[in-house]
Order: sequence, then C-alpha cells, then structure tokens
Amino acid sequence: MTNAARTVHFKIYRYDPDQDAKPYMQDISVEIESTDRKLLDAMVKLKAQDDSISFRRSCREGVCGSDAMNINGKNGLACLTAMDSFPEGKPIVLRPLPGLPVIRDLIVDMTQFFKQYNSIKPYLINNDPPPERERLQSPEDREELDGLYECILCACCSTACPSFWWNPDKFVGPAGLLAAYRFIADTRDQATSDRLDDLEDPYRLFRCHTIMNCVDVCPKGLNPTKAIGKIKEMMVRRAV
Amino acid sequence: MTYTVRKFDAVIVGAGGAGLRAAIQLSEAGYKTAVLTKVFPTRSHTVAAQGGVAASLGNSEEDHWHWHMYDTVKGSDWLGDQDAIEFMCRKANEVVVELEHYGMPFDRLDNGKIYQRPFGGHMSNFGEKPVRRSCAAADRTGHAMLHAMYQRNIKVNTQFFVEWQALDLVRDADGDVLGVTAMDMETGEIVVFHAKATIFATGGSGRIYYSSTNAFINTGDGLGMAARAGIPLEDMEFWQFHPTGVAGAGVLITEGVRGEGGILRNSDGERFMERYAPNAKDLASRDVVSRAMTTEINEGRGCGPNKDFVLLDITHLPPETIMKRLPGIHEIGLQFAGVDCLKEPLPVVPTCHYQMGGIPTNYLGQVVVPKDGESSVPVQGFYAAGECACASVHGANRLGTNSLLDLLVFGKSAGETAVADLGKSGNAHKPLPQEAIDRTLARVDRLNHQKVGADVHDTRLSMQRAMQKHAGVFRFKDMLAAGVDRITEIEQEVARTQIKDKSKVFNTARIEALELDNLIEVAKATIVSANARTESRGAHVRDDATDTPETPDGRDDKNWLKHTLWYREGSRLDYKPVHMKPMSVDTIELKKRAY
Repeated sequence: MTNAARTVHFKIYRYDPDQDAKPYMQDISVEIESTDRKLLDAMVKLKAQDDSISFRRSCREGVCGSDAMNINGKNGLACLTAMDSFPEGKPIVLRPLPGLPVIRDLIVDMTQFFKQYNSIKPYLINNDPPPERERLQSPEDREELDGLYECILCACCSTACPSFWWNPDKFVGPAGLLAAYRFIADTRDQATSDRLDDLEDPYRLFRCHTIMNCVDVCPKGLNPTKAIGKIKEMMVRRAV
Repeated sequence: MTYTVRKFDAVIVGAGGAGLRAAIQLSEAGYKTAVLTKVFPTRSHTVAAQGGVAASLGNSEEDHWHWHMYDTVKGSDWLGDQDAIEFMCRKANEVVVELEHYGMPFDRLDNGKIYQRPFGGHMSNFGEKPVRRSCAAADRTGHAMLHAMYQRNIKVNTQFFVEWQALDLVRDADGDVLGVTAMDMETGEIVVFHAKATIFATGGSGRIYYSSTNAFINTGDGLGMAARAGIPLEDMEFWQFHPTGVAGAGVLITEGVRGEGGILRNSDGERFMERYAPNAKDLASRDVVSRAMTTEINEGRGCGPNKDFVLLDITHLPPETIMKRLPGIHEIGLQFAGVDCLKEPLPVVPTCHYQMGGIPTNYLGQVVVPKDGESSVPVQGFYAAGECACASVHGANRLGTNSLLDLLVFGKSAGETAVADLGKSGNAHKPLPQEAIDRTLARVDRLNHQKVGADVHDTRLSMQRAMQKHAGVFRFKDMLAAGVDRITEIEQEVARTQIKDKSKVFNTARIEALELDNLIEVAKATIVSANARTESRGAHVRDDATDTPETPDGRDDKNWLKHTLWYREGSRLDYKPVHMKPMSVDTIELKKRAY
C-alpha cells in the first residue's frame, strides 16, 4: 500500500478575542498521508503544526456531534467528510457554524441552540406510576421513532436554517422540532396535547418555511422538515 | 495566578453514562450538585457504545442473574470481585427498566418487550450455550442511553458546568476528599469546587494506545488526578482489545454483529474461531477472540495486501436484518472501510477498547484504599463509577454489554451512597488545604511560561506507539521490561511539555497538555503493573507464563489471584485479595477457562 504524502491547502477562519482585533482568514497548508481519509485527520495534523488552531472534536466517528463546522460553504462534520471529496487544487475553506456567536476560531457558542432544545421539554412525560417492568411498545410503534432519536445535536441543521438565523431566540429550529416530534410520536409519552399547544405559535414552529437546508446538511441523514410537517398535520387534525 | 472557590454539596466529574446516572440520584434528592464535564454531556464516549446492555430480563428465552454472574466471573478469569459481580447482575433488570421508563427507545419484540440479542461470553445455564441477554436499541444503544439520561437530567434540573476541565483532586491531611480544582475552558478561569461528596465518572484512557476505538477525550483524567493525590490505581495491566476495530481507522464494529450471526474469516475463508472456541465460536469472550485473530495474522493467514487484518462477514444475513439491527455498522463500513457490508466482508483488527482497571472502589461506589493493615478502607467523601472505577466487576477481561450495565448500576449506587453520606454529614465543609490548589496553579503556571520544551503532539505519539509496541494483545517479558524504561523516559518529556498557544480563551492546546499529564500516569501504571504480573490471565497474556497442570494457560492462581495496586509515588506496587465470596450465593470456584 502506498502512503504517499500530499499537500493540502486550507483557508481557515481565525479569531482569538484574547489577541485579535477582528477575525481573519488564514492560508495554511499541511502534508497528509493516504491514511488521513477524513477532514478531521487532516485537521489533527494541522493542529500538530500550529497548536493555536482551535476546534472541537471527540469520537471521530460521527456520533458525538462535536466537530460540526462550515466546510466549503456547507455545514457538516469534519470526521465524516472524506478528503477525496474535495476538488483538487482548490483550498478547503473552513468557517465556524453560521449564525452563532464565535468563541474562538471554529468554536461557536451553542447556548441558544441548546436553549431551544431544552424549551421543547426533551424528556418522556408519563404521569402514570411506573410499572414494575418495562412499558410495552409494539415494534411498529417503536419504528415511529426511527429517523428521530438518532439526532446527535451537532447543530448543522439549525445553523443552516435562515429562519433560525433571523429568530434564534423565538424559532425552535429544526433540531429542537425534530426532538419535539420524537416525543410526540412516542406512544409512551402522555403530553402530546401540551406539546402541540406549546408549539402553536407564529414563531416557535411556524417560522419553518420548508427551505429544507436542514435535510440537505444533516450528517445522519435525518429529515427535520418531515417531522415538522407531521407536527403541523397533527395541529390541523386536532383543530377540525 | 488567581482562583475562586465555589461551594457545593456534591461535585460530579464527568457527564457520560455513570456521571449522568449519579447526577439523577443527587438532583432528585435535592442536593446542590455541580456536574463538571469537558464536553457537552451527549458528546461523552458512552455515546459510541453500540451493541447493548446486559440484563437477564429473559424476554426471549429463560435467563437468570445467577447465570449472568457465572459468565461475568468466568469472563473476568476469576479476578473479578464476586460480591460486586453478584450486586451488578442482580441490579441489572432494575436499572434497565428504569432507563426504559426514562424514555430510552429500546428495540422491541413482537410482544412489546425489550429486544435482546446474544453477545460474547453470555450463556445460559452456567456456560451451556449462548443466550439473548443484551438489551439493544439497534446498534446505537450507547447513544440512545446517553441521550435518555441527559434528557432525564434536564427534567430533574441538574446543574452542568459544560466545557470545564477538572485538574486536580483536593485531599486534606486526613486523606479526605474535599472537591476538585477545574478550569473553565472558555475563559481559562480556575475555580475550586469545594464539596462534601466528590464523584469521579471520568471514563477510560484508551488514548494511551496508538490504535484505539476510544474518542480523543478518553485521556484518563480521573485516574491521573487520583494518582497525583496518592490514591492507587487497581489492575491497570488489564486492557481489553476489542476484536473488531475497523482496520486502519480503529472505529468500533460492535460484537452485536457476531451476535446477529456475523462470522470471522481468515485469508483461506475459514471460520477459524471453530478451532479456538468449539462451543461459543465467534461469540467467545473478547480476549479469546482477539488472541485468535492475532494468531491467525501472525501465522500468515491475515487478509489484504499486507495480510494484516481478518474479515468480518455478514453477507449471508438478510439485508433487512442488517438494515434494521445494524444500520450504524452499515454506515461505518461505508464511511471508514469503504465497504458495503451487505455485499462484502469488513476488514477488522483487535483494537484497544476498554480499561478493566481503575480507581479502586467497592460495590457501593466508594473509593477504597489500604489503610492500617486493612485492604479496602473508604476514602471519606470520594466515590467513583463507570470505566474510571474498578469495582472490580470485569477483573481481567470484561464481557461485552457489561460496561453499560456497570455505569448504570455503579453510577446509581455511587449516587445513592453519596446521598446517604450527605444526609449524615453536618452543614459545614471541612477547610480547604492550600497544597492541592497550589499543585494546580503550578501546573498551569508552568505551561503558561515554559519556553523550550517537548512538543505535546509528538510526546503523546511516542507514548502511544510505545504502549502499542510493549503492551499489546500478546506481551513478552523482555518487551515489557524495556517498555518500563521507555515510558519512564517519556514521562520526563511530559514533565517539560511546551505549548505555543498562550491564549486564555478556549485554549485546546493547553487542555491537550494537561490531558497528557493524566495519560502518562495511566501508561506508567499499565506498563509497571504488566511487567510485574508474571502470569497470563484474561487480557494479560505473556510469553513466559507457561501452560502446566498447576498453571493452566499460564494462569497462576497460587501466586497471582490478587489485585494489583500501583502508587504513583516511587511507582510502587502493592496487592490486595480478590473477593471470592459473593453476597448471597456460593463462590464460583476456580477452574480452567474454555469457551
């Protein structure tokens, strides 16, 4: 097997409030080997070269949601982005997720994102006394949760959504709404009506204009727009 | 340098499975609790667990906690403490059902109960044949579990300190634990969290090895902190190499693949596990399968151009089964091996996965140390659970699905014990000793001012390569001895690491340097403990431990049926007895291990 080194060029958004008056784009190159299959592998090499380049990372296999960033203009996870997916000869442009305050370099402040997630009460509500054994659920009812529970809270979707950019304090955003529908769809949850009441609001749910950027960028292949559509459907159904 | 002090009833370090489970107990009991975590809770490495959590629910066929206990003791190669193992196996149904009540989306059987699949080493009727004991949410059990527990913590209003790096354990002259020092990563601010109860749930340290399924964050922070504060580390020579990491990438492929019917094959296409484990075959315990794979590769029957991996084949399974039960594996195959596992086998190699040893604890989650001639005396105010702790339920080799069970059972019991102890304690906090705080300030100050020194990335890489070379799946007397010297050399480098980034704001270079201080303690504990243990047991197998009637497969119960304790000071070793007496049932007697 060849392990040939090649040089990759980057343009990276840099900003350290401790040193920099304002953000700038840095041109930087790094040698990588063929075993550096993913963008994250290349970024780890970059950081070995310049330890001040700052980004989050953990599992390196697309389940923890740490290394979401804007890659050549599109949100994604560095650990799931293949190096051979980039056009040759052009620098790879890395920016922080759009629409959230930047703490440093590619690290954004996700407070607003998690605030919206928390606002939908992302936990099972069932006020019956818990039975001695598991609550029963048919495989078909459980299947309703597929495509919903797998969310990794990376924020690629919400920070790709123009409605979230304009109203991050009022619009729940695709990730939060996907989570809301995950509990609405769960046969064990008893708070459907309260959950729908909470979302029946010109902003919280209805700022979604089905632009579908969320679907386009989700690294887990989930479909928040579909979940939002189902919530809207339930609201219509209960109104008639 | 300045710091501030904040007072809490309890501080929990780590927000993976064990930390979140403990936090539920503390929050529900109404104690003022701070949960410190260096990553947002759902980014903790519990999220990467795939195949399931063990519980003898018996949803598909007859099962019993006593059978589970037997399997766990046998899996541990008799090094596990039988009281703690009985406790864990008996508690399994309760904690798994609780999790279901929290909302965890387990897969279901047609009758609506939790779906269970077979897993390595889990058998019915005391080792007879594989049993379906692993409760699963597809192949994303850890993710589903971690999110369900984080969500429960939102419900009970747990107070999190997200992206805070714990730095040192605060221990006074009596040896009592009074909290931790920590750094707010966003600002660089240092705070002493002064607490009456301190629970460590800091996870594993698999990043001491070069090839690991572990996340970047698994740097043994709790172990390093404990070791620096004079707490010994237990059984650190025992590291689990998971049979199926993706060759080259290290990413985990769940044992659930073999539970669903996957088969390991060598370059001849042979199902070689039939030779090594005629009864359990591909579902033998992990140490056994990893050694068999390594032997196949060493004897020239590996696959690929370099003959350096074997194949995990599921192409004979119905595609619907794969897409329903193993969707994440299908995705990992495409992403990290470039293989569609519906059509082609996956290239796999044994990869460092789990630390059986850790901070010594008992089944109540209390940290215990030798004192005044007794082997296990609780350290006042200090508790630990999950991978960072050694209860010891995994002994010399852990069974798959017992790690998620461990973090649930002992996360809960550590939380319960802390709640009980807080109920008995007075209102006052014991005064803080200045010494522990000074240690933290000195560490950070050194990094801020070190101008010429060792590069963090290079030094870490040297350590990882050395550990891989000197303390891998098979161990050799001479290599272990040379490994002790090599790691001791690298330790000197770690003491003079240098970072170029001196910023106060979210300085990840500084965090990596501080993490390396912890990794090196774990590496040293591992290599020194492994060098000293001159037998083969579970995951620790060495060339000079010979197979005789008194020492079957090199296991020497006469001299080595005991736990190792490594002390940082002077790199000293001590030993303590294994608890052979369970809580209520008869001892599971020693015998030769075969699958």
